Amino acid sequence: MLTSRLTAAFVIAVSSAGLALAAEPTDPQIAHIAYTAGSIDIETAKLALEKSKNADVVTFANDMLRDHQAVNEQALALVKKLGVTPEDNDTSKGLAAAAEKEKATLAALDGDAFDRAYAANEVAYHQTVNNALDTILIPNASNAELKALLTTGLKIFQGHQEHAEHLAASLD
Amino acid sequence: MPSISPHRSTSAMYGRLLRHIVFATLFAVLSGTAAAAKVIRIAIDAAAFAPIDVTATVGDTIEWTNSDIVDHTATARNGDWDVEIPVGATRQLLLDHAGSLEYFCRFHPNMKGRIVVEPR
Repeated sequence: MLTSRLTAAFVIAVSSAGLALAAEPTDPQIAHIAYTAGSIDIETAKLALEKSKNADVVTFANDMLRDHQAVNEQALALVKKLGVTPEDNDTSKGLAAAAEKEKATLAALDGDAFDRAYAANEVAYHQTVNNALDTILIPNASNAELKALLTTGLKIFQGHQEHAEHLAASLD
Repeated sequence: MPSISPHRSTSAMYGRLLRHIVFATLFAVLSGTAAAAKVIRIAIDAAAFAPIDVTATVGDTIEWTNSDIVDHTATARNGDWDVEIPVGATRQLLLDHAGSLEYFCRFHPNMKGRIVVEPR
């Protein structure tokens, strides 16, 4: 499951980079992690739009594409305004690596099997990212505008999680 | 040149009277409506409706303004209406019957609101 891989990614980041850094990521690192997490869901949505013929799945994927692109555009505008350069880090790398594997798993599925796996993954992925936002990224963001954007993002992504849970339940 | 009616003065008098009646009626209707019907504004920001709960009267209008960074909807739980409110947009809904209207955002179902519409 992607959840365990992503949780592992955060754990790995914490253990390999040392608690002092990973438990308290800097704003440039937080911006990179948040942007990477959004980009991953955009890519997964594009895969769903290529593969799925289920109207509800396609609608959901379009919602994810539109929202995560909008939030990432805001994030880019903010880091530019603040003069912050997003900094790659072990958590971002762990997220990207886990996402590549999950994308390959999803790409091998078709029809109902793909739809159910995509919906389940969206639930798990949003749970993990929302938890990371809530417990690591938002508490450690020092810039008020970055913290505000992440907080708004969390509420939006909690909405995605609930939407994904409804979708997953409807496909069972 | 338009032809001049032989009953011009009578016609003019009736015309003035008619205009008075029309204007008086219009004034009464419009001022009565303006005094009674309200526009109730609901802000959308940070994935939330504010205020969440509003009380209105039949004939009032709800006006949502989306100041958030993503698109939202105001969708009636009972399926009666579905208002899409893109980023930066303002959308209105006329309340034409009484009831308690639960609504949510289709894109973010954790966003919920309620409009209690009382009879006029």
